[in-house]
Amino acid sequence: MRPVAVIGAGKTPFGAFPDLDLRSLAVQAGEKCLANGHVAPALIESFYLGNFAGPSFVGQNHLAPYVSMALGIKGVPSTRVEAACASSGSAFFHAWAEVAAGIYDLVMVVGVEKMTSQSTARVTEILASAGDLTGEIRAGSTFPSLFAMIARRHMYEFGTKKEHLAAVAVKNHAAGALNPDAHLRKVITLEQALAGKPVADPLNLYDCSLISDGAAAVILAPLERAAEFTSKPVRVLGIGQASDYVALDQKEDITTFSAVRAAAEKAYRMAGVSPLEIEFAELHDCFTIAEIIATEDLGFVKRGCGGPYAMEGHTALSGERPINASGGLKSKGHPVGATGVGQICDLVQQIRCEAGPRQLARHSLGLAQNLGGSGATCVVSILGAA
Amino acid sequence: MRTGMVYTETVIHLAAEAFAQEVPFQTAIVTLDGGGRVTGRILGERVAIGDRVAEVELRGGVPFFRKA
Repeated sequence: MRPVAVIGAGKTPFGAFPDLDLRSLAVQAGEKCLANGHVAPALIESFYLGNFAGPSFVGQNHLAPYVSMALGIKGVPSTRVEAACASSGSAFFHAWAEVAAGIYDLVMVVGVEKMTSQSTARVTEILASAGDLTGEIRAGSTFPSLFAMIARRHMYEFGTKKEHLAAVAVKNHAAGALNPDAHLRKVITLEQALAGKPVADPLNLYDCSLISDGAAAVILAPLERAAEFTSKPVRVLGIGQASDYVALDQKEDITTFSAVRAAAEKAYRMAGVSPLEIEFAELHDCFTIAEIIATEDLGFVKRGCGGPYAMEGHTALSGERPINASGGLKSKGHPVGATGVGQICDLVQQIRCEAGPRQLARHSLGLAQNLGGSGATCVVSILGAA
Repeated sequence: MRTGMVYTETVIHLAAEAFAQEVPFQTAIVTLDGGGRVTGRILGERVAIGDRVAEVELRGGVPFFRKA
């Protein structure tokens, strides 16, 4: 297996862009990425597109060549990967595997989602199709309600409080307010976060990530060729993908995600690092409770301690292990299919020391965790300076 | 009809299009006495984790429970 590096990265801002369609967003991110990596489109040997629900959100199918041809990447294998909110994390995993295995040298991954052209009720319905339509969804469950049930159980078993959830929202909004590419650049107080409009008890609007448009792209290459393209390659030190039941009611314990633990174990082993060596992380805070549980499943804290860990400031920009210095899905935005590669771009930006006012003091070893559905897919990637 | 215990629950205020007329409504994952878990709807009084519930009807494949 060959060492692999990210040689180029680029993304659109995340937000609501009524004038940009799905392909325009993907092309914008892709062109920024090609320019960033000093790579001509004709050099790309394989293309992956991470996208959750283009066919439902905008009615378009056959999306991978639809995007790659528009980028001038012609004739090569062009493959769409769908794994709910982990679509582009999974696309990244498969692109990495192709390069690591020596099948291709230059492989590009774009993640994209165009969501804001639909009403919130329709978006809620499309997102729900990532759950089990023969059970939980037929009973009226939404994704917020599935994570609300996870939060209730976590509160019951470990004493996690509403204030702990709110602290995650406050922290991520504080970081996102400093990110020029974030969807909702708004600082909020704990009181505001606690008083949001109820969505699914105990979660309110401030516990939920945003409905956004956006795209993100990276190019992978063998580490030995990285210097041909960039003076700032970022190495993929470890990566793992794992899966679990789609339906929440099939999981034995909903206060932990077995796919996160399995993906993390693979990534840690490949990278040869322990959880406590990770300096910063981009975690999948689709809902505030998801970030709390991720800090536990990734081994940053013991089970049940994720709430107090966030509340005490350890995961803030100035904390011992900053989490979601980008603002996270909560403030940066969550264009579902773009999120996984977006997280990789955020790690690359920190490792290259290009994050401006959000630049972290310790930024040489970062972890990204991308979760699909209520935990049926998880991809964990560990990146570091090459 | 089946009986069991509430494993977790939520009251939904913002629903998907098909359920928008029904909010607020409660859903729960119930650990069945016969084994296994199922996601269903709660009728009548709200329930909390640990409450005993009994299935009162199966509507379109969805179990509806009431506090026992």
